[in-house]
Amino acid sequence: MSTLLETPSDRLLAAVRQLLTAKGVMTHDEIAERIRITDAASPAQGARMVARAWTDPAYRARMLADGAKAAEEMDIPMRGMPPLGVLEDTAEQHNLVVCTLCSCYPRAVLGYPPFWFKSAAYRARAVRDPRGLLLEFGTVLPAEVKLRVVDSTADYRWMVLPLRPAGTEGWSAAQLAAIVREGDMIGTTFPRLP
Amino acid sequence: MSALLAPGTVVRVRDDWPETRGPCHIRTPHYLRGARGVVEKHLGAFANPEELAFARPAKVLNLYHVRFVPAAIWPDAGGDALVVELFESWLEAAA
Repeated sequence: MSTLLETPSDRLLAAVRQLLTAKGVMTHDEIAERIRITDAASPAQGARMVARAWTDPAYRARMLADGAKAAEEMDIPMRGMPPLGVLEDTAEQHNLVVCTLCSCYPRAVLGYPPFWFKSAAYRARAVRDPRGLLLEFGTVLPAEVKLRVVDSTADYRWMVLPLRPAGTEGWSAAQLAAIVREGDMIGTTFPRLP
Repeated sequence: MSALLAPGTVVRVRDDWPETRGPCHIRTPHYLRGARGVVEKHLGAFANPEELAFARPAKVLNLYHVRFVPAAIWPDAGGDALVVELFESWLEAAA
């Protein structure tokens, strides 16, 4: 790294990494592996799980029972990650995930959170005015569908298993995975045909 | 750890404000203090993050999904149910 471009936070990061290895907390290789896993995680991982759940009822049941095990089954690295809970949308009830305290997010299966997930506005409105919040994402929740907001405050991370959209009958899991977006697994949007 | 709370048990979140007494780390949102909810599910048991945050010895505590009625918390609430992860140390029997 060029010293001309080095910022105080770069120096702080280098110092923390040096301390972690000097004190035997982690090795350089372990830090590099964790960075690689974190950077590789993206909503495409969660989308593969959702698509498989839509096409494989036995997998769906396993995913609802233990999200982390179901992720590992899809070769998503979960070692050292918090437990993953999966919230099942039904025709009667839709789920929306927020972390009002900070920014708890299922990074292993969704990657880095979108910028708005950590905003004070999203966090405040998701619990108090969730229907109004959904409208701003262009999501109109039918009046008869109950809205269940899950505030992620502790040791679990949560993702939504959305409803499979009509018009996708006969699609392969890969085709289905391609239409599942980040917001569909947070609950701010519904999967829709491209 | 205390005895497990069965799903359906009515509980009250302690109306306690440790943040007014000094530095602390809290996983119970302020909007729930004193609120009544219903235990939905036992999620497992985890070392208390309020102690872990200060590198203190941490007791393992039961963690529950507790369901609240949003309209009982905010008069203009828009959701139908609000479900929050809460540690047993924050829950007391509802009067």
